[in-house]
Amino acid sequence: VTSAEKYVTAAYLVVLAALLVYVVIIALKLGRLAGELAELTELARRRDGR
Amino acid sequence: VALSAAAVLLLVGGFGLGAFWVPEAEGDPAFRIFYVHVPVAITAYACFGWGAWKALRLLWTGDLAHDLASYTAVHIGTIFGVLTLATGSIWAKITWGHWWLWSERQLVLFLILFLFYSAYFMLRFSIDPGPRRASISAVYALLGVALIPVSFLAIRLAEGLIHPVVFTREGPQMTGDIFTTFLVCLAGTLSLAAALYSNELLGKRIDARLRELRELLA
Repeated sequence: VTSAEKYVTAAYLVVLAALLVYVVIIALKLGRLAGELAELTELARRRDGR
Repeated sequence: VALSAAAVLLLVGGFGLGAFWVPEAEGDPAFRIFYVHVPVAITAYACFGWGAWKALRLLWTGDLAHDLASYTAVHIGTIFGVLTLATGSIWAKITWGHWWLWSERQLVLFLILFLFYSAYFMLRFSIDPGPRRASISAVYALLGVALIPVSFLAIRLAEGLIHPVVFTREGPQMTGDIFTTFLVCLAGTLSLAAALYSNELLGKRIDARLRELRELLA
């Protein structure tokens, strides 16, 4: 494997890593939104007396 | 889901074509960065352009829904801007032997464009949410789009260039197989940006609705 090929692989890996980081961020965000939704549903139920 | 699937198929297909279909003899191994660097850069421009279009729609119609769309487009464009700088820097290291060259106007202008849009977030979050923030952000996003043609044309206006020019008035300066592979990669990257944009926008809209609901229940 030449030095140029290593750099080319690095360029592709940079893009892949960015995508993976983005997927993790989205997963964390979805988890937070689900938690907030559950909390608000609970709040609405308590206000409704159920 | 359809956009994400299209992005995965096109990107895997494009990178596969670049790795196995285009003969090695047509270019040095470093040229394969072309299939990721150029589509990513064009996608960054497209995202900033889309953000400006949404900003214009906001200023034109006064509909605040366009504010979130413009912000999301700038957000995704900035991510692609980082990737453009990173992949370009790696390509520069192989070809020129330097990670960065301040004498290259194309590079410096792209960096200015990137920093300009990075400052967008500082401006946006320094103002309280509401119509004022939406209008100021929209004007800023519109100003930024003026830098795109300057950045894009800088390569043609500059003298003594070492940054390659592959798209000229005579058409793309590459063989048919390289151009086909490039188009597949570009379609894949644009689909990827569209998928990220849709997901991000949906997430931000749900976030805003939840905040509204929280205020109503408080």
